[in-house]
Amino acid sequence: MVGWIILGAIIIIALWFIGTYNMFITLRNRVKNAWAQIDVQLKRRYDLIPNLVETVKGYAKHERELFEKVTELRSRAMSAKSIKDVGEANNQLTQTLKTLFAVAENYPELKANESFLKLQEELTNTENKIAFARQFYNDIVMRFNMAQQKIPAAFVAKMMGLTPEEYYPVPEEERGAVRVEF
Amino acid sequence: MKKTLYELRSENIRKTYIFLIVFSLILFGVGYFLVYFFEWGLTGFVLLGIFIIIYNIVVYNNSDKIALLSVGAVPADPERFYLLHNVVEEVAIAAGIPKPKVYVMNEPQPNAFATGRNPENASICVTTGLLSMMNREELQGVIAHEMSHIRNYDILLMTVVGIVAGLIIILRDLILRGMWLGGGRRRERDRGAGSIVLLIGIILAILSPILVALIRAAISRQREFLADATGAYIVRDPYGLASALKKIASYQKPMKKASEATAHLFISNPFPGRSYFSTHPPVEERIKRLLSITI
Repeated sequence: MVGWIILGAIIIIALWFIGTYNMFITLRNRVKNAWAQIDVQLKRRYDLIPNLVETVKGYAKHERELFEKVTELRSRAMSAKSIKDVGEANNQLTQTLKTLFAVAENYPELKANESFLKLQEELTNTENKIAFARQFYNDIVMRFNMAQQKIPAAFVAKMMGLTPEEYYPVPEEERGAVRVEF
Repeated sequence: MKKTLYELRSENIRKTYIFLIVFSLILFGVGYFLVYFFEWGLTGFVLLGIFIIIYNIVVYNNSDKIALLSVGAVPADPERFYLLHNVVEEVAIAAGIPKPKVYVMNEPQPNAFATGRNPENASICVTTGLLSMMNREELQGVIAHEMSHIRNYDILLMTVVGIVAGLIIILRDLILRGMWLGGGRRRERDRGAGSIVLLIGIILAILSPILVALIRAAISRQREFLADATGAYIVRDPYGLASALKKIASYQKPMKKASEATAHLFISNPFPGRSYFSTHPPVEERIKRLLSITI
């Protein structure tokens, strides 16, 4: 009788262990997948920037400092290793590009340029994708990290040698409510 | 009471099956009467049964295509409509579902709808009027609204219900529209055939209010409020959609190609002012609720 109870308990614990283990594996893969989503967009953005700089240069010769800053931030973002560094460099890049597009407003000929408009839309597109992929990534990371801290699953996480994943940094100005003109 | 995404999904899937069963019983009732009346006997019943099964299977699997076809939607050219494609891609990432197929319908009224069976087989269709009236934020809000219909399987229920019951309405519209448009010239030549078609059209016209009532019963107006809120949450911005709804509401001309079978699919009532088919809550109320959201 006692033997059966012990056997039953062992089976239940084993099943729970397998379930928890698999949950962690699933979550870890989803974190990786979510990161890949961001990464694809970042790469696309790095590809677009040189074209943008070339196009704008032809019209706005006096903005050399701005071009240099964009180019420098781009290479810094590309060489960054940790998610925090990549994120922060890219958030700065976003800001600088915003300035660049604001400056472009002063050049009517540039604003009439077909390929500039196309580039602007492409960059807005990647920017939005990065922002949305970041939302998604950070949500998954939060679930992954929280699951690692909760008892009793925390024991399984420890046995698997899991560590919390890094969040993708959210730019300062986006932490409050975003207000679009209405 | 708050429902999770999973509960919403299973509720929609369950409702779809219940609807298919109820509708099949109604079809069987009508068929039974016909078979009995014309004394077709056992063969009649067997054929009736086969017809109902095939009707359900065909319509269930193709309702999205029928819906798109009936409003005259065409796939959006990625070159010409790149902005639309971009926005759909972005919002799909935000919603965490694959990018739906993108369609455009040539119609000045600003409107949009989503259709399909599940997120893997989904389509979003917008009017050319919407594209010309909305800026990027507003378009994003509209697409996010549609994306939430896709994500919680509203599209399954709304499309299947609309098309299974609505095929008869679409047929009626085709016949009656054909009568009024081409009737004048052809009246002299084929009066015989015309009157039979007209008779069928009238029978369908009598039957259709019942079907419309059925569609309305299945699809609650709460769905639109929920999709507004979920859409705003997906893109973390209620103002784009609110502003879009304001613009949509200011356009008063009815849509040409929509019918009662597809009207409830659209983000906003395609027949402004016609309140007997009130699948949509008033736009003012929707905007008010959207702007009260804190994200």
